[in-house]
Amino acid sequence: MEIILALIMGVFVGAAAGYLGTLMLSKRMALVAGPLGHLTLPGIALAFFLGIDISLGAFVVVISGILIIWLLEIRTKLPMEALTAIVFALGVAIALLFIPEDKTIPALIGDISQISVMVTILTVVLSLLVIFVTQKIYKKITLAEISSDIAASRGINIKKYNFIYLLCIAIVVSLGVKIVGGLMTAALVAIPACTSRNLSKNIFQYSLGGLVFGGLSCLVGILGFKISGISAGFLIIFSSTFFFLISLIFKRK
Amino acid sequence: MVEPILKVKNLNVNFGKEEIIKDLSFEVKKGSVLIILGPNGAGKTTLLRSLLGLIPYKGNIVWNSKKISYLPPQELVQRKYLPPMTIEEFFRFKDVENKDILKIFREVGLEISLLKKPFSALSTGQFQRMMIAWALVDNPEVLLFDEATYGIDIGGEETIYSLLHNFWEERNLTILLVTHDLDIVYEHANNVLCLNKEKMCYGEPTNILTPQNLQKIYGTGIKFYKHIHK
Repeated sequence: MEIILALIMGVFVGAAAGYLGTLMLSKRMALVAGPLGHLTLPGIALAFFLGIDISLGAFVVVISGILIIWLLEIRTKLPMEALTAIVFALGVAIALLFIPEDKTIPALIGDISQISVMVTILTVVLSLLVIFVTQKIYKKITLAEISSDIAASRGINIKKYNFIYLLCIAIVVSLGVKIVGGLMTAALVAIPACTSRNLSKNIFQYSLGGLVFGGLSCLVGILGFKISGISAGFLIIFSSTFFFLISLIFKRK
Repeated sequence: MVEPILKVKNLNVNFGKEEIIKDLSFEVKKGSVLIILGPNGAGKTTLLRSLLGLIPYKGNIVWNSKKISYLPPQELVQRKYLPPMTIEEFFRFKDVENKDILKIFREVGLEISLLKKPFSALSTGQFQRMMIAWALVDNPEVLLFDEATYGIDIGGEETIYSLLHNFWEERNLTILLVTHDLDIVYEHANNVLCLNKEKMCYGEPTNILTPQNLQKIYGTGIKFYKHIHK
């Protein structure tokens, strides 16, 4: 039963992460998911301390981290990735100080061995929400990437959409931490998007490809875990990278 | 009497302590072409951005239209590092029908087959025509265009201006055009606004583009600009 729940959860989180990842890659922010993933670690420590679900703890800390980064960016005008580095370094330091030693490895590489029906349902709903919201903001954010002035002149509130976008990243990273751990969440968003980029010739194919390869990587990784007993987090990254390598053969010029 | 489509009164724009536009007032009549002239750093782009409400300003800007389209200088439009987007998908960012896209594509003289091409695959001249098509596909009443011919060769420049002129005639479009290019003013402008942080001159090109005014806008070294009015 648990493996079925893990498969359902993995496929939906992977699909949402892969889909959102295509937008993040377009904004050259795919790697930001890495530091934000590390930021889940103090959230996991907080969850252990309060006895709540680790995704909830992770979400609270990631959202706080994003808000701090957002405010620091307005205040200092420093690049977002530099501020993310500062905040995530602090987060990792705090986390490693407080996470119980026996929980450190699951926090770093994920653990799908104990998943409840309730958590699975909630994860599926949140993943669908991320896919729906990402689809709604996709064109607006892409237009703002082409020209923020054109987008703003058409009445698009770029700050609002960027905030919604960051919120989606926070949700995906918090959900992803359960499957691949705080160390490897960047791979959930970055690799399927890169694979899809190699194979697609328009936005429709590209965004759909991110969704499909994200879901498929998690499916293969979790089935691999069932067969081999090797951590699903590792196997998801390996399968995702395998799809990427295959995509290089078929890469569009 | 043609109603003004835009009224600007006592416009002031500052970036920090630096004064970019100082106490600027002017009006633009519906269906007219206003060319905004001035040297680098005169505040031309800042003026357009403030007219669109993209930056904070003091003073009054009143538009008598809500259908305003804006094209920034091509150098500020990102063409690389984007998703693998086709031109057709870019047009779908606007809520327009297929027949409108095909019609405007023909009007700007681009081949329909280009709609399937990647956004990054067009030449500079094709890209600018495509952007004009994109700006006009949903029938705006006003077009604000900044440095329309940036990076385009002389032959291409004339094509772009002729194209804009045709749209202006056919659609009763109001055009505000920022340029450095004095050559186009007599042929295409109803009015000229000479800007160098403040209004240096405003009116019909034949009346105000005198050697004295040009000297005032651009400083020393500007030779007398002789033209033949058509």
